[in-house]
Amino acid sequence: MMRMVTGNYAVAYGALLSRVDLIAAYPITPQTFIVEHASEFVNDGLLDAEFMRVESEHSAMSACVAASATGVRAFTATASQGLALMHEVLFIAGAGHLPIVMPVVNRTVASPIGIWAEHNDTMPQRDTGWMQVYCEDNQEVLDMVIQAYKIAENKKVLLPIMVNLDAFILSHTVEPVNFPEQSKVDKFLPRYKPEHVHLSPDDPMTVGSFAPPEYIQEVRYQTEESMLNAKKVIQEVNDEFAKMFGRNYHGMVEEYRTEGADAILVTIGTVTSTAREVIDEYRAKGKKVGLVKLRFFRPFPIEQFIDIAKRTKAIGVYDRSISFGSGGPSFIEVKSAIYGHTSIPMINFLAGLGGRDVMSDDIELMLDKTLEAAKTGKVEKDVVWIGTRGVTP
Amino acid sequence: MSLKIKDLPEENLFTKGHTACPGCGGAIMAKIAMKVFGKNTCAYFPANCLLVFGGTYPLNAFKVPYLHVLFENSAVCAAGIKRALNKLGKEDVNVVAFAGDGGTADIGIQALSGAAERNEDIIYICYDNEAYMNTGIQRSGSTPFGAWTTTTPVGSKIAGKERFKKDVPRIMIAHDVPYVATASISYPLDLLKKLEKVKNMKGFRYLQIFAPCPTGWRLDPSKTVEIGKLAVESGMWTLYEFENGKMTINKKPKMIPVREYLKPQGRFRHLTDEQIDILQELVKKKWERDLAMAESTH
Repeated sequence: MMRMVTGNYAVAYGALLSRVDLIAAYPITPQTFIVEHASEFVNDGLLDAEFMRVESEHSAMSACVAASATGVRAFTATASQGLALMHEVLFIAGAGHLPIVMPVVNRTVASPIGIWAEHNDTMPQRDTGWMQVYCEDNQEVLDMVIQAYKIAENKKVLLPIMVNLDAFILSHTVEPVNFPEQSKVDKFLPRYKPEHVHLSPDDPMTVGSFAPPEYIQEVRYQTEESMLNAKKVIQEVNDEFAKMFGRNYHGMVEEYRTEGADAILVTIGTVTSTAREVIDEYRAKGKKVGLVKLRFFRPFPIEQFIDIAKRTKAIGVYDRSISFGSGGPSFIEVKSAIYGHTSIPMINFLAGLGGRDVMSDDIELMLDKTLEAAKTGKVEKDVVWIGTRGVTP
Repeated sequence: MSLKIKDLPEENLFTKGHTACPGCGGAIMAKIAMKVFGKNTCAYFPANCLLVFGGTYPLNAFKVPYLHVLFENSAVCAAGIKRALNKLGKEDVNVVAFAGDGGTADIGIQALSGAAERNEDIIYICYDNEAYMNTGIQRSGSTPFGAWTTTTPVGSKIAGKERFKKDVPRIMIAHDVPYVATASISYPLDLLKKLEKVKNMKGFRYLQIFAPCPTGWRLDPSKTVEIGKLAVESGMWTLYEFENGKMTINKKPKMIPVREYLKPQGRFRHLTDEQIDILQELVKKKWERDLAMAESTH
């Protein structure tokens, strides 16, 4: 059934279709409607879930961790400062192998306080043991909430996951979204029955024991192993979903018109849609450019980028966030991934920070600079700020 | 019929082998509480002494399932366990959080207040030893006036804690939860009665148990129980219950001079007569206030 809905509604409906057992959430702009819609679903009897309207995001994540450790499917959603407040708790879910799904409406983290799209909320959560996927439109948002549980609960993975959507550009924008049937989703995503963790007096288990150095390093290795296993599982779940529902997101990355491209632009989040249009225009003019949509940031698609880098002459990477003193997080990761496999030039483009619009002109500039690098084999500046007052790109 | 000591099961669910200091009031509390709550219990421990001396992986002194997540979220984690158990059809399991006074009065008070306001169906026990003992005797909001701790040292300019003990039970009463009580490991019959009561109730239940820490109080470890009695007899700690909007005093203090309570403890050794007078005055006011509240609610 096709319906016109916002990204936030798509998120909440995804949770409903996933038959989550427990929701613990705290409102924050621009995520609020997710909590409101979920409240309506529960109060109207459409979703049979425990709903904890907690007093902070720290408590929202704590409740999800406790519930998941007890053995149920847990759900929350947040944004920006709320995610920053959860930071401490995120590590427990990662190392604890608790497959919690959390949509994050990507919003700028203060200061200055703002409410629009930036990825500086989720990017700093890189090392918490959470998987991260970034969505381009509201259909993908709905589909990824469902896929997220399937990936997270896979026995080879058992890790939590953030499903990311850009503030307002998706969260508050109405788009046509195809709603899958509940019976089909039930078939795709069976009930969660954990074997690795539970809290039950019938079979006492200690979860989160105090541990000496003799044991902690192995726990770290297990989280890494799960993260690496996830790469294969993400693709398998993608393919199974595509077969069942007819929508293919291509797993860790999606390539768009990369055949024979001299210059490839890597984008993340909603900017991808704008970039597709510009790529089409350039291709129509005979310019050899292609696009890679970076979907999963954790685990990072290292193998895919090694392959892509070998097929092109220059790579530009767009970031909606910066790691101060180094560059955009996606840029740093792509560069690290392809090191030693190729020596093609790479440029980082920073634009749209704080939620400023990224226009087709900006994408053109990115493509032109990457094409120039492909031609000369050199880059003037590694990190290029686009549309910044007083700064020449 | 109220529970008697001889009615308690032989089996300890907080068993031997734990590494608590000699005379630990927290360990006494855990042993008694677990005997009352029994096997059909899930526990939550924040980062506190109980978590550490109760078991360092792969060892464990608790014979019930337990969860540890962090320091400041005991109430909400216990609530998360309870809600999940309800969803799994295991509504009859007791879910108990065992937090210290720092994890309750200070860093944990937000999650505690939120869970109380939502009337989460959990038992929250604060075992009060009046400082951060696990990290090495630093002052907490629950540390009494004048006490030496490693962060309220006895200096030439300032000696001991300058502020008064935060009255968390009174804060919890303000939440109008089904049950709030104070207890002490030195009064086991009163403690048993209260543990048994919270076990058989629904909704949010808060119990603050006075649990002396000989290590942190610079006290002879054989005097744990004795000092707890002196606390109640002097009025430094009052035993009461708040249930269905009514406050009941369980033991009227003899009002022996606070000096008798302070004397055996190294943490109060430096107190001047003026500081002791301040404490004596505080005890008087607190007792009058508690009594007035008890009378006004009946």
